[in-house]
Amino acid sequence: MSDSNDNRIEPSEAPESENRSEEIRPSAIPSELPVTEPPVPTDSHAPAVRWIYRHTVPVRLAHWVNVLCLPILVMSGLQIFNAHPALYLGERSDRDRPILSLDTVFSDSGEIRGITAVFGYSFDTTGWLGASRDSAGQIHRRGFPTWVTIPSHQWLAMGRRWHLFFAWVFVLNGLLFGLYSLLSRHLDRDLIPFPKDLRGIGRAVRDHLLFRHPKGEEAARYNVLQKLAYTGVVFGLGPLILLTGMTMSPGLDAAFPGLLTLFGGRQSARTIHFVVCFAFVGFVAIHLFMVAVTGLWNNFRSMLIGRYHIAELGVDHHDQETN
Amino acid sequence: MIKKRIDRRRFMIRSAQAVGLMLLAGCDKLSRSEWFPGILGSAEGLTRRVQRLITPRKAMAREYTEADRSAVFPTNGNIDPNNPDYQVLAKNNFADWKLTVSGLVERPAEFSLSELRRLPSRTQITRHDCVEGWSAIAKWKGVPLSELLNRVRPLPSARYVVFHCADPDESGQNYYESIDFDDAYHPQTLLAYAINDQVLPIAHGAPIRLRLERQLGYKMAKYIMRIELVDNLVAIGGGNGGYWEDQGYEWYAGI
Repeated sequence: MSDSNDNRIEPSEAPESENRSEEIRPSAIPSELPVTEPPVPTDSHAPAVRWIYRHTVPVRLAHWVNVLCLPILVMSGLQIFNAHPALYLGERSDRDRPILSLDTVFSDSGEIRGITAVFGYSFDTTGWLGASRDSAGQIHRRGFPTWVTIPSHQWLAMGRRWHLFFAWVFVLNGLLFGLYSLLSRHLDRDLIPFPKDLRGIGRAVRDHLLFRHPKGEEAARYNVLQKLAYTGVVFGLGPLILLTGMTMSPGLDAAFPGLLTLFGGRQSARTIHFVVCFAFVGFVAIHLFMVAVTGLWNNFRSMLIGRYHIAELGVDHHDQETN
Repeated sequence: MIKKRIDRRRFMIRSAQAVGLMLLAGCDKLSRSEWFPGILGSAEGLTRRVQRLITPRKAMAREYTEADRSAVFPTNGNIDPNNPDYQVLAKNNFADWKLTVSGLVERPAEFSLSELRRLPSRTQITRHDCVEGWSAIAKWKGVPLSELLNRVRPLPSARYVVFHCADPDESGQNYYESIDFDDAYHPQTLLAYAINDQVLPIAHGAPIRLRLERQLGYKMAKYIMRIELVDNLVAIGGGNGGYWEDQGYEWYAGI
């Protein structure tokens, strides 16, 4: 190890907090949070670890409100969907022309089957879609099964209550987060990709596929794929889910007829709402996977209390992996 | 080592499943509690106020062309009221049917079907959105509710228009609904007596049904027998302003 590597360890004096760049507040933490003090390097061969303050309080709050809202919105949404488990394009629901339907059919012997039809192709999805078991083990006509809906059994009125309440929480949370990100410059500093980020996108994709995730200083900021994923959710999926939800409202359609034109009709909006819902589910699945493979506890703690540690590059010893 | 890993993975999956089921059971328990649905229901007031705030009072629901109409307009809810009095009226093509308009009005009145047909009418091709999620488009013809209200002259204390219907459920409770004056005076709010240029059939609510184009289908009462103007909804039905409202659905069904 050379001396130049040692020089990269941050000095213990904290700079002015206004002065911190990229939301990083180097090693002022131990005085504030003495409980989990990082290992102090005793000699130049010990792993060098630096703490940064990764997520501000508003970001963390907004994140956990989303954690509460998203599963509830998805599952109460599936409850609502189950009241008419079919999707269409255009303004109307022509029953003979759904693009997706979760049907229930009875065989000649009276056996109940769940049939999922997508663009005219049918699949037997008994037990999962179209027909599935209730908590007593009895098989019933049902779009999505009880264990992915809120409430678990068919109860449209209550599903709507959950959905429309948490929709407000989710939307207000999103608007507050957007406002905060704009004013605090979290948006342009951390979220919107820089041109140089975008130029490195090919390498970033390859690295991710090979599970080579950014380490050291590179891990202190979002990489280009993270930036694209987060801005895609904030500026893409978020507005889409809100606007398609609004388009399903006959009241708002009267106030903003342009919504119907934008999405090609109320039933198209309902279909897009459904697809975007599963895009959210996909995002969360990938997000959780990435959180797990890039240092579960480090990531989790940084979203809980803000602290995130970074192993300095160059100290590539066997004990570098501290998570 | 590999076995240990698999055990650990299985443990994680099982734990996640257990936590998930517990959360789901918790949501079910909250749904059945006395207090929690009330908190969830508070969103309805917010939705109504915000929608009313950003929607001009006379903002019109989109109207479509003849070609946009559904080939089949689905029937829903009650499609043939299990009510002997109604069946007698139906047998006679509702010639003896009379719509009573009473309550907090200066001049209570009765209207026969032919009298209603002689009043100014409006025809509109609109989209019907069911709370279940489907939509259908049809052409409706009827008398704007405002025409009737102008004739009976609501008292200043009147705040809601209540529709008493002929169709009972299994327990004998007749359907009813209510709207406020913002909606009652809206130009597209009709007492419809025709669908797609045909006399309104029984399955769609003969002799008249409500059209309330900026709200969901369950607000649009069928088989209307009596209209009552009131200052509050407490004394009617279960007190929530409508048959489905008493089962937990929102009174403001604009979304």
